[in-house]
Amino acid sequence: MSKVQFDLVIVGVGGQGTLLASKILGRLALSENCGVKVSEVHGMSQRGGSVITHVRVGDKVHAPMVSVGQADYLVSFEALEAARAAAFLKKDGVAIVNVQRISPMPVIIGAAKYPENPLSVLDGHRVEQADALGLAIEAGSQKALNLVLLGMLSKHLPFGEQAWHEAIAACVPKKTLSVNLDAFAKGRALVA
Amino acid sequence: MDEKMITADVFTANSIDEKLMLGNEAVAQGAWEAGVRVVTSYPGTPSTEITEVIAHFPEINVQWAPNEKVACEVAFGASLGGARSMTCMKHVGVNVAADPIFTAAYTGVNGGMVIVVADDPAMHSSQNEQDSRYYARAAHIPMLEPSDSRECAAFAKLAFQMSEELDTPIFLRLTTRIAHARSVTPVGERTEAALKPYQKDMMKNVMMPAMAKKRHLHVEQRETFLKEAANRMPINVVKMRETSVGIITSGACYEYVRDALPYASTLKLGMVYPLPMKLIREFASKVERLIVVEELEGLMEKDIAAAGIAVEGKKYTGIQGELSVEKLKNVLNGEPMPEIHTQELPGRPPVLCPGCPHRGVFYTLNKLNMRVMGDIGCYTLAALPPLSAIDACLCMGASIGMASGMERAQGKAFSKSTVAVLGDSTFIHSGITSLVDAVYNQESITVIILDNRITGMTGHQQNPATGFDIHHQPAPQLNLEKLAESCGVTDVRIVDPFDLKAMEKAVREAAANETVSVIIARRPCALLDKTVHPSCRIEGCKNCGACMKLTCPAIERAEGGVRINPALCIGCGMCVQVCPFKAIKSGEDA
Repeated sequence: MSKVQFDLVIVGVGGQGTLLASKILGRLALSENCGVKVSEVHGMSQRGGSVITHVRVGDKVHAPMVSVGQADYLVSFEALEAARAAAFLKKDGVAIVNVQRISPMPVIIGAAKYPENPLSVLDGHRVEQADALGLAIEAGSQKALNLVLLGMLSKHLPFGEQAWHEAIAACVPKKTLSVNLDAFAKGRALVA
Repeated sequence: MDEKMITADVFTANSIDEKLMLGNEAVAQGAWEAGVRVVTSYPGTPSTEITEVIAHFPEINVQWAPNEKVACEVAFGASLGGARSMTCMKHVGVNVAADPIFTAAYTGVNGGMVIVVADDPAMHSSQNEQDSRYYARAAHIPMLEPSDSRECAAFAKLAFQMSEELDTPIFLRLTTRIAHARSVTPVGERTEAALKPYQKDMMKNVMMPAMAKKRHLHVEQRETFLKEAANRMPINVVKMRETSVGIITSGACYEYVRDALPYASTLKLGMVYPLPMKLIREFASKVERLIVVEELEGLMEKDIAAAGIAVEGKKYTGIQGELSVEKLKNVLNGEPMPEIHTQELPGRPPVLCPGCPHRGVFYTLNKLNMRVMGDIGCYTLAALPPLSAIDACLCMGASIGMASGMERAQGKAFSKSTVAVLGDSTFIHSGITSLVDAVYNQESITVIILDNRITGMTGHQQNPATGFDIHHQPAPQLNLEKLAESCGVTDVRIVDPFDLKAMEKAVREAAANETVSVIIARRPCALLDKTVHPSCRIEGCKNCGACMKLTCPAIERAEGGVRINPALCIGCGMCVQVCPFKAIKSGEDA
């Protein structure tokens, strides 16, 4: 068994493809001989609501959910959702954020305002932010957003690039592999 | 009954690989390995994926049923016919299937029969928080509860073995955090279970009073036997650590306990009914404090207390929602609950998708100021602001009965401004008999069937009205309009819900007449229809807000007017119809 151990939460808006990101991460952890548990959200909240996926990697993982204040990484597909999940991060945890803003219904109808600077609640944390959607479109598909974010995350995790590529290849349809690998490379290049 | 068959170690079988599997996938894998031949279910979160995964195994006869009762009866018939069979449902599905389940406990089985039930503590996607363990007690059916995917597969296999050995259906209980969590699962080969011969046996299979009295004795004997054998079942595991506190728990709660109180001694129950009381008494005698950690009802705690053993539990954990590592650290260790401040952030509730055909119906019902008896499906989301278009929602198919009841209470004049609204799959599930009732009892209600050609909320499962089966192969298609007519409905209309004028006309006329009316609002789910229409455009918006009443996620308040988000708009054109200034143009006209 590997000594690698970390807790991670992935958040976003239903329909953005967060489940593929956790599937790739799970596959990668398993291939690197790590214990891993993933907790997903299916059903009602997928219809444009807030979604959260928990990924726990390590030998002694029991609960499938990450405790509040215990996440080493927060991967957010959307700015407001990053703010909503900020409390999950450890003091020295890292946030990987797509800066895209998607208005929720209360904002759409004018009943609430989208926060001017939603990421301010992450002050004090290391925040890697990018227009991941723009990079995904550059790579050939907005659906590759999840791979840009995983590319950014990959620089922080102790897994080799080849292992990432194999996990991605095992989880995405063959015809989208080159676009997805390109998106992954673009994300990876953003992080020093 | 052979105790060795029940107390064998379920984890010793040789695996050939290991995979990261959802609990639901692992149940399917375990059932396949156990040689299951017939699986039939009605979809319901969080149980749906079990049957979807089963559909990939060519050795298994698998189909969607119109509801859980039918599914359970078909599974029972398959068992009677000698096959290992399984049916999977969400917690409220057991209410629908309860009738055959309670008596199948008397008849017992021929081929092993497993009933998988997935509870939803915290109601991630459900209308109540009922605890299925009550059904195990009430029907005297043994219930297994796995705590991760590895156990999901292993317990599924054990359940078939127990079913045949004990001559009873077996419940396999999951909760959302087990069904929808992935963990590493050893996978093995399929062991073909031979089809058992069928033999006519009136005393066992015809439940009339004289025979049922004899079979009830069997139920009692079987339970007495299992209560004793349970003390030696390897899936009920004692692990002694510190003796200051001992915790009895099962399922997802076991995992929370191990993270929150790693020092505590544990008795992990793989079988949550019946309980191994000798084992519990022995465990209790070795620890200073005995605590039961269980979600929802305090069932195990009550049984243990009733056996005269000092025990605590619900006074710490309560009966609401899910437990978690944080909550257990808080209530059992006195650690502060970590705080989350998100109140000042705008919420993000789930919404009807852009281009959802249901939107046209609810827009119209709001415009006509109708009372709406709602039902279970994506469209229940129309109850939330800003649509706020649904008055009541109870259970699958209840909308029609509720509308009839309103009419009986308030009279026919009142009923003219009340409608029942339910989906195609929900209507087939349990709305048909209520329609028969309304016609038979000469109500004048209006029923709107939202026929989006699929079972939507649970993730696009086929149903009898779609014309396809679980394998997406063509199947005889139920004709909803002919069905309504044959129930005696004389006013049946089919409307495209994107055509708002036609929709309004249909609702006005149907509500006004003195007979039962059925409006079939027919248009495929927006996620099903892959036709790409160019998005709509706004030119010269007068900021009147008429289009906002559609509550489409693609139409957004902006400086001095509204904006259409081209990334979300699918060009359904409903907003073009509602703009009084013709400022919204269809993308097709560009």
